[in-house]
Amino acid sequence: MRSLQAIRRDLVTAAIGILVLTLLLGVVYPLFITGVSQVAFPGNANGQRVYVGGKLVGSKIIGQNFGDVVVNKKTGKVEMTAGNPVTAPDPRYFQTRPSGTTPADNAAGSSFANYGPNSIVTEQAIAANIATYIQLNGHYYPGGLTAAKVPVDAADTSASGIDPDISPANAAIQAYRIAAVRHLPLSEVHKLIDTYTHGRGLGFSGEPGVNVLQLNLALNRASGALR
Amino acid sequence: MTFLGWLTIFLFAVILTALALPLGHYLAAVYTGERTFMDRVVGVPERFLYRVLRVDPDRGQDWKAYARSVIIFSLAGWLFLYFVLRTQTLWDFTGLNPQHFHSAPWNVTFNTTSSFLTNTNWQYYGGETTMTYFSQMAGLAVQNFLSAGVGIVVAVALVRGIISRSGKSLGNFWHDIVRTILYVLLPLSIVYALILVFQGSIQNFSSYLTVHGITGLTQQIGMGPVASQEAIKLLGTNGGGFFNVNSAHPFENPTGFTNFLEMISVLIIPASLVFMYGRMTGNRRQGYAIYSAMMIMFLGAVIVAYIAEAHGSPAQHAAGLHTAGVGNLEGKEQRFGTAGSALFDVVTTVTSCGAVNSALESFTGIGGAVPFANLSASEVIFGGVGTGLYSILLYVLLAVFLGGLMVGRTPEYLGKKIEAREIKLVSLGILITPLAALFCTALATASKAGRASIDTAVAHGPQGFSETFYAYLSQANNNGSAFAGYTGFVQPNAGNLGSHGITFANLLGGFDMIFARYAPILFALAVAGSLAGKRISPAGLGTMRTDNPTFVVLLIGVIVLVGALTFFPALLLGPIVQGLTGHLY
Repeated sequence: MRSLQAIRRDLVTAAIGILVLTLLLGVVYPLFITGVSQVAFPGNANGQRVYVGGKLVGSKIIGQNFGDVVVNKKTGKVEMTAGNPVTAPDPRYFQTRPSGTTPADNAAGSSFANYGPNSIVTEQAIAANIATYIQLNGHYYPGGLTAAKVPVDAADTSASGIDPDISPANAAIQAYRIAAVRHLPLSEVHKLIDTYTHGRGLGFSGEPGVNVLQLNLALNRASGALR
Repeated sequence: MTFLGWLTIFLFAVILTALALPLGHYLAAVYTGERTFMDRVVGVPERFLYRVLRVDPDRGQDWKAYARSVIIFSLAGWLFLYFVLRTQTLWDFTGLNPQHFHSAPWNVTFNTTSSFLTNTNWQYYGGETTMTYFSQMAGLAVQNFLSAGVGIVVAVALVRGIISRSGKSLGNFWHDIVRTILYVLLPLSIVYALILVFQGSIQNFSSYLTVHGITGLTQQIGMGPVASQEAIKLLGTNGGGFFNVNSAHPFENPTGFTNFLEMISVLIIPASLVFMYGRMTGNRRQGYAIYSAMMIMFLGAVIVAYIAEAHGSPAQHAAGLHTAGVGNLEGKEQRFGTAGSALFDVVTTVTSCGAVNSALESFTGIGGAVPFANLSASEVIFGGVGTGLYSILLYVLLAVFLGGLMVGRTPEYLGKKIEAREIKLVSLGILITPLAALFCTALATASKAGRASIDTAVAHGPQGFSETFYAYLSQANNNGSAFAGYTGFVQPNAGNLGSHGITFANLLGGFDMIFARYAPILFALAVAGSLAGKRISPAGLGTMRTDNPTFVVLLIGVIVLVGALTFFPALLLGPIVQGLTGHLY
């Protein structure tokens, strides 16, 4: 009888507790953080949106697909795969890393590719990425590109599928293509790459990266939008 | 491997220890009722909460009463969360469902609810394609606080049982949980969430953005109150990402700096609790000894993982990639690199956190075997908040017992005799988690319904077994990280339409988590109750010391031995095979 009473008392306390704590931790706390963030860091809190001419062109820290839709020459229609248009890299822009999302660089449905280390599927995927990269850049790279020269980040799928960065080595190889296609001096492309390269966190944590969206926007400013 | 990679790992260990020492001191003050500087800030709301909850914070509870409160509080939380998640559209009036998501199927919700209640945060759903902002903040994030709190207070109760000089009281559950939230989790989360926004995390209630890119393609970008949830997700070793890719998402983990901070924040409370323990026993060396054992095993795991990932994978080499200096970047982000990903991977699997900043399934065989090994050690290398401390204390008692057998004396720990009853409870508490993990893995591997969850598109050969084993091992250890190809929720078009759950995986996983969470809690509290009443005898000449290097070695030996004996055969079939061969499947 006494234990039954104790259980009842605990039940009442638990029920009140869940409601009160939900109010505190699930409503007041996030609203407070939102309020302070929106006042103190509105740019960050809203996703570092980038506008060009009043049009939203992306988030600074979310990777994008800088590709063009592929149009079938015979039918004149946009080629589709699983409900999404097939795209090919646009040579005028720096290209982000391979993405495991559907469609590529989907920032509303992020997912891993989950390629295993000993999987034939993985090898084929990496080989395909290497081939794409060589096809895109090999022609412009002095002496030509081989698989061994392809930067690892350009061949391996990113984790988020929306990695905003590429490695400086990757950017340096793509720079030859960009300079040629855009008729810009290579040194100027390098200068832009340097401007949008961030260092390691605290000077040691992580790796340097080149922010592709910002770099591409700067290219458009330097040599016209080309579109 | 790079110098900076090793430096990151070294600095991580140093900074973690430097921060955990003062926080451990503070925690000891919080749980022994000493005055702290926070009294002035939260003293009033604290007393108000006791009045609302109608509890007398000073009323002591014996282990059974304490356990009863834990169970009933968890049950109430389970029912409430299940209700919130199943009625997502009911809360549309709050304006916190801009994407018009419907609830996930009942079986997925069962799994998710059990997952967040048990501090596991195993996710069969993708956050940004399933959950409304309301579900995330008022449902899931609340349990991120509460499940972490429950873990911590159980550990505190066990400590009180070990050190108590008289009586049967382990403290008062409601008192402890309120103090844990007001004095520890909430203030840390507030500061931390704001740092995350400062670095680039988002915090808003906007609907998803539609972007018109410069090449003419459109992109959708998920939004939400991310930072507030991210903070407690890591501090509470919960690990359930706001987004599907968890801490790999730039909005959850925007920079190399946040990556470092996130790793620290995962380990900070588990590490501090060990120092708190030393203080509460009155002999800080007891805490240092346990901390050393944890740190040694932790660093061992990090070193192996980093070397393996820096080497690269057979698939990379077969494709002709030159991986020197970079390593295996498959499923990793550029801004974190291999070192920042390997370290994160170990941090998240030694604790019960399970947040990931890279795709564990894409780690090399040996790099992927490290999380397996960490999970096999039953989350005692720092472990989850609270769970790590109470779990390793069970191992400490086991080590004391084995040590006692070796020298032929009645084993004693901190002056208390360890007798048959305690050892039985300790053994059960230790073995119940592996039992659940192996039983579920066997069931899932042997049945067609279980194999339906394997990602057949990429997981061939041993990878399929690895996925399955990891799923049930992770859920049993309340970790929540995944070889993410394994699924219990089919979402065609990565959306809500036409989605369905895989009942077998959802239910088995759900029960796996609940059983492996609450059974050890009950055994730990029973041990506490059993020790609480015992007399403390002064240490004599023959008393085995538990605060010296010999004991550290013994403790590590016991943990490794139990883990290896239990899991080695299963590990051989999956990750070890993959690590030993260059063969592609």
